[in-house]
Amino acid sequence: MFSAEQSCWFVRKVICWRAAASIAWAVLLLPPITAVFVILSKFSLLHPIQTISECLSLLTSASAVFSLILLCGVILMVGFLNLEYYTVIPTIACSKIALLGQLLHPRQLVNSLVHCIMGIIVAWCCAITIGGRYETLGYPCSNCPFVFNSDSSPQMCLNEYHLILLLAGAFVGFSYSLLGVIHNMNYVSFHTVQQYKYLRFKGSLPLVVKCSATQALKSVRNYVVVYLFLGYIPKAWICKTLNLHLNSSAHPLDSIAGLLDFSLLYHLWISASFLLFTWHITLLLFRIFVTEVYSFPVQSSFTEDVHQCLPKVLTDNQPMILKFLALQDLALLSQHSPSRRCEVFSLSQPGGHPHNWNAISKECMSLLADLTQRLVAYHDTVATNGRAKSLSTGSERKTSSETSGTDDLMSPRPTFLMKTPASVFARSIVGGPQSPLTAPFTPDLDSPFASPALRRLTAPVEQCSPWFGTVQSPHVMRRGPKLWSTSTGESRIMEAIRSLRSDTLRSNFNQIELPNIISKASSQALFADSQAHIWALEGLSYLVQASFSEDQFGVVQTTLPSILSCMLVLQEAVDRHFKLPHASSKPVRSTGSMGDSTYKTLRFALRATLKTAIYRITTMFGNHLNAIQMSAEHRKRLQQFLEYKE
Amino acid sequence: MCSLALFPPPLPSGQTTLCESNNELLSGATTEDRLKQSSPLSLYFPRESLKLHSRTESSSKAAFLDHSETLWMRMPKCLSVSSGCILALLRKISSFHGSLFPHLTVSCARWSDCVVRAFAWHPHTDKFAVALLDDSIKIYNPKSVTTPTLKHRLQRSVAAVQWKPLCASALAVACQNCLLVWHVDPCSLSTRPSSGCAQVLSHPGHSPVTSIAWSPSGSLLVSASPMDTAMMVWDVASESCVPLQRVGGGGVSFLSWSPDGSHVLASTPSALFRVWETRMWTCERWPCVKGRCQSGCWSPDGSRLLFTVLGEMVIYALTFTDTPAGVPTSTSKGPQAAAVVADLSETTFNTPNGDVIIGGEIQSLAWDPTGERLAVLLKGDPQAADRRPAIIAVFKTRTNPIFELLPCGFIQGELGAEPRLMQFHPNFQHGALLTVCWSSGRITHVPFYFMGAGVPHFGLSGSPSVPRPQAGPADFSNHSLFTELIS
Repeated sequence: MFSAEQSCWFVRKVICWRAAASIAWAVLLLPPITAVFVILSKFSLLHPIQTISECLSLLTSASAVFSLILLCGVILMVGFLNLEYYTVIPTIACSKIALLGQLLHPRQLVNSLVHCIMGIIVAWCCAITIGGRYETLGYPCSNCPFVFNSDSSPQMCLNEYHLILLLAGAFVGFSYSLLGVIHNMNYVSFHTVQQYKYLRFKGSLPLVVKCSATQALKSVRNYVVVYLFLGYIPKAWICKTLNLHLNSSAHPLDSIAGLLDFSLLYHLWISASFLLFTWHITLLLFRIFVTEVYSFPVQSSFTEDVHQCLPKVLTDNQPMILKFLALQDLALLSQHSPSRRCEVFSLSQPGGHPHNWNAISKECMSLLADLTQRLVAYHDTVATNGRAKSLSTGSERKTSSETSGTDDLMSPRPTFLMKTPASVFARSIVGGPQSPLTAPFTPDLDSPFASPALRRLTAPVEQCSPWFGTVQSPHVMRRGPKLWSTSTGESRIMEAIRSLRSDTLRSNFNQIELPNIISKASSQALFADSQAHIWALEGLSYLVQASFSEDQFGVVQTTLPSILSCMLVLQEAVDRHFKLPHASSKPVRSTGSMGDSTYKTLRFALRATLKTAIYRITTMFGNHLNAIQMSAEHRKRLQQFLEYKE
Repeated sequence: MCSLALFPPPLPSGQTTLCESNNELLSGATTEDRLKQSSPLSLYFPRESLKLHSRTESSSKAAFLDHSETLWMRMPKCLSVSSGCILALLRKISSFHGSLFPHLTVSCARWSDCVVRAFAWHPHTDKFAVALLDDSIKIYNPKSVTTPTLKHRLQRSVAAVQWKPLCASALAVACQNCLLVWHVDPCSLSTRPSSGCAQVLSHPGHSPVTSIAWSPSGSLLVSASPMDTAMMVWDVASESCVPLQRVGGGGVSFLSWSPDGSHVLASTPSALFRVWETRMWTCERWPCVKGRCQSGCWSPDGSRLLFTVLGEMVIYALTFTDTPAGVPTSTSKGPQAAAVVADLSETTFNTPNGDVIIGGEIQSLAWDPTGERLAVLLKGDPQAADRRPAIIAVFKTRTNPIFELLPCGFIQGELGAEPRLMQFHPNFQHGALLTVCWSSGRITHVPFYFMGAGVPHFGLSGSPSVPRPQAGPADFSNHSLFTELIS
């Protein structure tokens, strides 16, 4: 996967540099953060001057420099992991099992392991910096009466304070990576409000501090409980492997009395906060740098640069970040930049074809049509499920094939959705027999969301046409013949599925899971990549609006009917979707986490943007729209918009 | 420079301004039957018609048994004494609050007498929302018989309402502790939309919200509070906000988004206001010499900002030249200083009823969407010995080829009523329509019939303005005018 992305010029030239810049800033910020940590960890109210002199001497010592270098290494690693694991489309687990699958994915296990190790390293640096009783793992147990040694070197005892700090680092690192999956921490969202990087960073800094501190507090709380009960295991293991002894005269820390040491708890908390803060800062910088607006040229006079121009870049599907940045740039240029809009509306020099506009509008409309299809398919699946549930067991033969869609819905793959429809559907047919069984358990990122309703859509119409979604109204599609059930190959697959399904346990499981499936999560998953659709809608609508006065050659006029009907069909589908239970329920706003929860509200943003986009066009063109050829149903709908009754 | 001395004298008492036609303001005597037969959109909210909070509470109190005494008895006496001491201490501290933050007391000084708290025309259709003193909002639409009344548990002390542009239904309401965004289905027949139709947007520390502004493209909403130094930019659909904070000023008291969407005026309670550029959200600081920026309005093409400063009786203008578009990083390079365009200091008019003094500080400004009329609400001072009435002065404006202000006339209501709020109708076909909310609780509409000269046409927001036939050479020339060249 990574090698495929490497080949792309954009990743090579832009994303890597942006990631490198973000890591460089994180590394530059490390010394001041460390200094603050040192001051906080050594602070004593009664001797402020002594504290400061101690801190200064510590910061200039060789051990501090060494630990700083180690910390830089950790930051580099965190930055690299951010670059490797980031995504612009969140992976949304629709059920607990899917989430478990995500957590147990080998890729994720590697991530957790690396974070554990890095946590230990950071904790070791913290232990060195705090000094005192935390400094070394072993110490000569001089007062131990039981140990007699003939060697000149004294017997070494285990310093439990050092151990507890190291293990705390590992625990916090592990929980960071775990929570990263649960809160979709690797999801990079794009902001609607553009700001300069420095101002964005400054604005989010208080939030990062707050969320690092609270997160550290929670982690330390959990860790203390775990250590209280299971602390003896690592202690014994370390003693055995390193040939250390337990000092019986010292208090054991895995007891209530030992853990009620306020200074120990404070140091645990401050170290955990330091660890999380440095990592969160790296993540924040990465997000800020990677989502920065990139201005693509609309057209180039050199043929070797054509692949870097906006119309070409928009149609690329890999890497995703490129497509998103291109769409963002489109939305911004259509809104703010008359000169670049002018280039979009321009004609090609020999020939006089509006290639730029055609490519852009076609791509945007195919995105919207794709979303419409997806919504219609989802709605159909849910609708048939509702019917299947109410029917008696006698009709199971008929409906069981349709319920297979429920399994697929448990783990919809939002990643596929941006691929060209044809390839997706081709794969979904090939992978049909396996997917219903494996889908809930394998978090395989490449397996498509293959519901029968979607499969039904594969057959008849040529997919690339932006007209696809518009010609067939959803009602017609539902009434139409179910092509997949008539084809023999598919029916054989269905037979296989039905035999699997006869397992009563499993069908019961399905019945239980059903309300869960039509849940917020699946609705979220459906709109996981809707940021792209939002930009496509904004870009199209602003361009159409600007074309009223800026389009000299009437380039937009020819596509206006299809744009309008594309939007109206989508509007209908979105309206229908929001009538489903759970679809319009608002997610709980989570404030105390670094995870970006923008994806949870994308469907609302899409609905609002869609309406605004249609209004933007109708307000601009007004009654001129009556001259446009369109179906009676759409005209009725458009009239509602013209009268401001939507 | 245009001054009030050039204005025609105000009407004798008892006369009200009806409309402008053929370049002059027509007036008529107020009679009861005229008020009754007026159009359905002219409303009257007498103070007595509202059930105010205090009254409802006292009336419902009798229905419940008062249990506080028994609870009180159970409490140990020392606890009550100590808590009393703490409360007294808190009261002492909070009394200092006003002297520490003097700006907090300014805005709502004269609200108590007016029943209408806020008013907003819908940007595209003929409907408007009126927020009343009892914290309910009514929506009037001449095309429908129902007038939905919006009430919500959190809808307390409504300070501003505004309809979302490019949307039929969304209405943002600035409340005490939060922002509410109502979604009122225009086709619905319900007169009491449930509170489920309202989105609650709140941010800790961001209260009371006193001013809001939608972006003309309908995508963002800005809210501000005089108590909060940060201005919030909301993405309403996803209920997320970005706080924009700058040092200095202490809070934001007034917001205005330019009609072309490129700038936002944010004035602070101190002698400083900011003009934000909405592309990358950077700001220009504009320190004022005397007082805080009281009010401001943008020309329809967004290139000119008129504002007034508390304590000064003049209108200032700032011109923003268009930035070379396509360069995403460049901030707009504005002018270096504001120019005075109108002087509204006190002027004595000789009327048959005796001398009337008009002028003084300016409460608010409103510019009509065609850029032809500018309404200025003068505060007046009814308590003063010389009895300066609060009055609306209307200027004719021209932005092309040079910026000009010409006197048009005064708008007066019935006897004893002072104008409180005013807003121009966003798309009136025959000129401009000024809606005025009076202190008596009456809402009247004053149309200005004129044929606009070339209307500044801008691309991205608002409806395409219908090209108007060129007006004949108006008889502007007999007065000395303000022009940019002179100043």
